[in-house]
Amino acid sequence: MRVSPDQMVFWEYGFITINLTIVTTWALMFLLVFGAWLITRKLKSDIETSRWQNVLEMLVLMIRNQIKEVGLSKPDKYMGFIGTLFLFIAVSNLLIILPWYEAPTGSLSTTAALAISVFIAVPFFGIAEGGLKRYLHSYLQPNIIMLPFNIISEISRTLALAVRLFGNIMSGGLIATVLISIVPFFFPMVMSALGMLTGMIQAYIFAILATVYIAAATEDTQRKKHKEIPLEVNEKQI
Amino acid sequence: MEINWFTVIAQIVNFLILVWLLKRFLYKPVLKAVDERKKKIEARLEDAAMRKAEAKKDKDLFRQKNEDFDKERTAKMNLAQEDVNSEKERLFKKVRNESNALRSKFENSFKQRKQELTDSLKRKTKDEVFAIVGKTLSDLANANLEDQVIHVFIKKIDNLTEVEKSKFIHALNDKHNPVAIKSVFDLSASSKQKLEKAIGQFAEKQLDFNYKLEAELLSGIEIETASHQMSWNIESYLDSLSRDSITM
Repeated sequence: MRVSPDQMVFWEYGFITINLTIVTTWALMFLLVFGAWLITRKLKSDIETSRWQNVLEMLVLMIRNQIKEVGLSKPDKYMGFIGTLFLFIAVSNLLIILPWYEAPTGSLSTTAALAISVFIAVPFFGIAEGGLKRYLHSYLQPNIIMLPFNIISEISRTLALAVRLFGNIMSGGLIATVLISIVPFFFPMVMSALGMLTGMIQAYIFAILATVYIAAATEDTQRKKHKEIPLEVNEKQI
Repeated sequence: MEINWFTVIAQIVNFLILVWLLKRFLYKPVLKAVDERKKKIEARLEDAAMRKAEAKKDKDLFRQKNEDFDKERTAKMNLAQEDVNSEKERLFKKVRNESNALRSKFENSFKQRKQELTDSLKRKTKDEVFAIVGKTLSDLANANLEDQVIHVFIKKIDNLTEVEKSKFIHALNDKHNPVAIKSVFDLSASSKQKLEKAIGQFAEKQLDFNYKLEAELLSGIEIETASHQMSWNIESYLDSLSRDSITM
């Protein structure tokens, strides 16, 4: 029984392997970009807009508001990264409704790739916002003794991100597959619906956590600049 | 459940490409459209507010103008009313004056006409009466009317009261003593003599007599000294006749 779509390989040449995960990701990328292009090529800035434009605007503005609510006062700057995380994971999870579809998020390689992206993005945005010195200084907070714990926290949360998403999606797919072999009617459908819900929640969690990490990295700078209330959302709450 | 590191790298690259593509085709255009719409709406609202303010200004101006116009109209109306009243008063006064003048003119003319009629009637009556009386007297007696007048006058002199007599005597004996005897007819010598005799009985001195013809005396006779006057004629009778005839 295949657990990960990585195991279905289409083409292989040495280190280079084109498997189902990569192909599905390309398909999803094409779907997202083509859909976005289709709608945004005739955007109107009038009062009356098309319904698809309304849907897109709602989605984009919702993402922006979420980022802002978590504590990033300049959401447009992080929009591309966090929004794409959410959209990619959400769409890839929602499409499990299609038969024979295997979500690329069910592959640990994909979730690891996304988690690594967040792992790199956090210091990237932190340094971009407040400078290298201030970012490195944040590892010594509140005390220099905390340095190893801060580093462990950084690595462990990246691992947690990858495994959480992978586990949820993979288990959903696995249960559906197992159930199909036992009870072929009705029950797998309920499980699929549940899987879609879980997938949606996971997309939200992944994106929000990424936002929280970035916000934490840029927090000091932002607080100094805007004197905002401290962040209340953290990983433990989620 | 193993990690394929090539897939991890490929997925990272894929993800970064997707970030770039979605930024290019989704977030930027959508946010741009939203911002533009926001700006448009803001501009519209601003424009609306500006228009509203302008409309309010215009409305206020119009109201002010209306009030001014009303005030001016009322003032002009009052002025016109005053003018009309004063003009009316003036015209009424003029008409009243004219009517008064006309009435008094009419009254005068009426009075004059009445007087003329009365005078004419008097004269006619006098003439008629004189003629009738004269004719009657001449028919009934062999003395003419003049003689009778003289006779009656002499009788009047004789029958004077004491007070009248003393006044008459005093007048005759005054130092200016030409006695004027006025009559409507020429007196005959005998009549003159009779008169002079009748008068002379009261005089203490020789009297001068001066005879005059006076058409107004109406068949009568009058003695006039410097301070006294005595007469008899039918004018008094005619006066009462004329009064009666007018009041009739």
